Amino acid sequence: MKKRTFLLAGAAVAALATSAFADGHAPLKVGFIYVGPVGDGGWTYEHNQGRLAVEEHFGDKVETVFQENVPEGADAERAMTQMALQGADLIFTTSFGYMDPTIAVAAKFPDVKFEHATGYKRADNVSTYSARFYEGRAIQGHIAGSMTKTNKIGYIASFPIPEVIRGINSAYLHASKVNPDVEFSVVWAYTWFDPAKEADAAKALIENGADVILQHTDSTAPQAAAADAGDVVTFGQASDMGEYAPFPRVSSIIDDWAPYYIQRVQAVMDGSWASVDTWDGIGPGMVGIGEISDAVPANVKVEAEALRDAIAAGEYHPFTGPINKQDGSVWLADGEVADDGTLAGMNFYVEGMAGEIPN
Amino acid sequence: MDLSINPILLVASLMVASTPILLAAIGELVVEKAGVLNLGVEGMMIVGAICGFAIAVETGSPAVGFVAAALGGAVLSMLFGFLTQYLLSNQVATGLALTLFGLGLSSLMGQSYVGVKPPSTPKLDIPILSDLPVVGPMIFSHDLMVYISLAIIVAVWAFLKYTRGGLILRAVGESHDAAHALGYNVIFVRLGAIAFGGACAGLGGAYLSLVRVPQWTEGMTAGAGWIALAIVVFASWRAGRVLLGAYLFGGITVLQLNLQAAGVAIPVELLSMSPYLITILVLVIISSDRNRAALNAPASLGRAFHASH
Repeated sequence: MKKRTFLLAGAAVAALATSAFADGHAPLKVGFIYVGPVGDGGWTYEHNQGRLAVEEHFGDKVETVFQENVPEGADAERAMTQMALQGADLIFTTSFGYMDPTIAVAAKFPDVKFEHATGYKRADNVSTYSARFYEGRAIQGHIAGSMTKTNKIGYIASFPIPEVIRGINSAYLHASKVNPDVEFSVVWAYTWFDPAKEADAAKALIENGADVILQHTDSTAPQAAAADAGDVVTFGQASDMGEYAPFPRVSSIIDDWAPYYIQRVQAVMDGSWASVDTWDGIGPGMVGIGEISDAVPANVKVEAEALRDAIAAGEYHPFTGPINKQDGSVWLADGEVADDGTLAGMNFYVEGMAGEIPN
Repeated sequence: MDLSINPILLVASLMVASTPILLAAIGELVVEKAGVLNLGVEGMMIVGAICGFAIAVETGSPAVGFVAAALGGAVLSMLFGFLTQYLLSNQVATGLALTLFGLGLSSLMGQSYVGVKPPSTPKLDIPILSDLPVVGPMIFSHDLMVYISLAIIVAVWAFLKYTRGGLILRAVGESHDAAHALGYNVIFVRLGAIAFGGACAGLGGAYLSLVRVPQWTEGMTAGAGWIALAIVVFASWRAGRVLLGAYLFGGITVLQLNLQAAGVAIPVELLSMSPYLITILVLVIISSDRNRAALNAPASLGRAFHASH
């Protein structure tokens, strides 16, 4: 009997929670699923800043909850289900690997709205959103190609997914534009967050002669490794990582999710929320370029800022032809601009890149 | 394809990469030899990482930091010791809780240390030895902690094999009832082992935050404690094999990153799973020659002891 009473009580609480929301009096409950700790100083840190901005903007009209260090895969499904059962009305799942779990959980909770970051699968109650990080990578590539002395640029990649591959291609294209001799060596770390491994990867690249390190992992460990090596240039990833400025960190890509999060929470409150695909770049402010430090030669800094402004104004697209694929076949003809569909599913290197993309 | 990997630098970074798991694993080995299964290694490591980091930053001395890390890990492990030895709580559940608690506590303690740079741990310059060609930069020019970790391995091996204390510890781990009947204080011995395990895990954590990375980031151990636990099992509870397992794992992790950086044409999928595969394979093979592998597990491992008389 005891068990049944408990179940009934649970059902009553759940019913209460939903009816309370229907009245419009209870605060809107917004959940966030994070892949790393909020103090990673990079990716998750910025998503959490977005969450805090939502709290500040809406005050007691919202209640936010979050769970950190949620592994990508089956466990993510558990975490999301739990959040939905706790009465969350809107859940942001902030890593690519949550794509399938988000779709699966969303099917079970048709009344809960889901927002999945950096993925491409949508449903009636699942939106996707991402930032055009490749625009920032173009500027990094330009600075990297201009500043390298060994012509070797190291790239710490996380997982072989389109977002990461786009970043590598964009950086390579713009580095080789200013420095045709430049070589990229890519290390796949198969993790978003593991400071020790990221540091080891950075050291391995530096020992192999790289004097610029780009990273697509979330911690500041590669910055520390570069600072230790002394003459290696780095860029902040996802967050400004300003504590390593002005050198080794000479600039950064900053993700600014706050305006988007506020807008989407507002949409749920208004009842105007619909499943959409948002992909914003430097122009709308979702991608910020951290201050280019004085360690960058003045002329390079001017060029990089011009590049940034041209991209922001929509005058220049980082993937503008002629661009060939790695195997030499033509991808974009002269003057042709890449369409979003190809970019969203990018699974090939551009011509000049060495090595293969793992499957 | 140019094989530009420098073997000297490789061995040097192998030793650095392996030291955190080596320290944590040798501590856990002693704990398990005493018949206690402490799954809180990850939690004790990360608390050691922040204790060591914070104290090293405040005092400017990495040495004091390492001492603080060992203390921090030991204090945290005493929480586990109290719960499991006096209150007879379930060791598996308590160990898991200790990991969660350690992760939370460390991020709280580390709030004001994000982005701070620690004082650098000096590398030893041993006269003559460090100047040897090849071997010098490879083996004899690390920081002191690398050699301390190796010394701990030797000490644990000798302690367990040759001393009376080691015999008592093993007796407690094999049959706590028999040890108790002989008049040994089972709980006292186990608490001592747990504290040693905590101190070693703390040192391993501090090695991450002070030398290998070196900075404080929340959750920075990222599973190293679990690797250490696995290495103890695969090493079939032998100190020498823990050294082998840890160096294999650390070595192949570093090697595969170097191979990738050098652009060697081996599929990356293979490379990135190789540390796990090869470590497991080697340790399974060396422990399979005799059917004694299973017997190596301490017989009282994970069982609660309650002196009823």
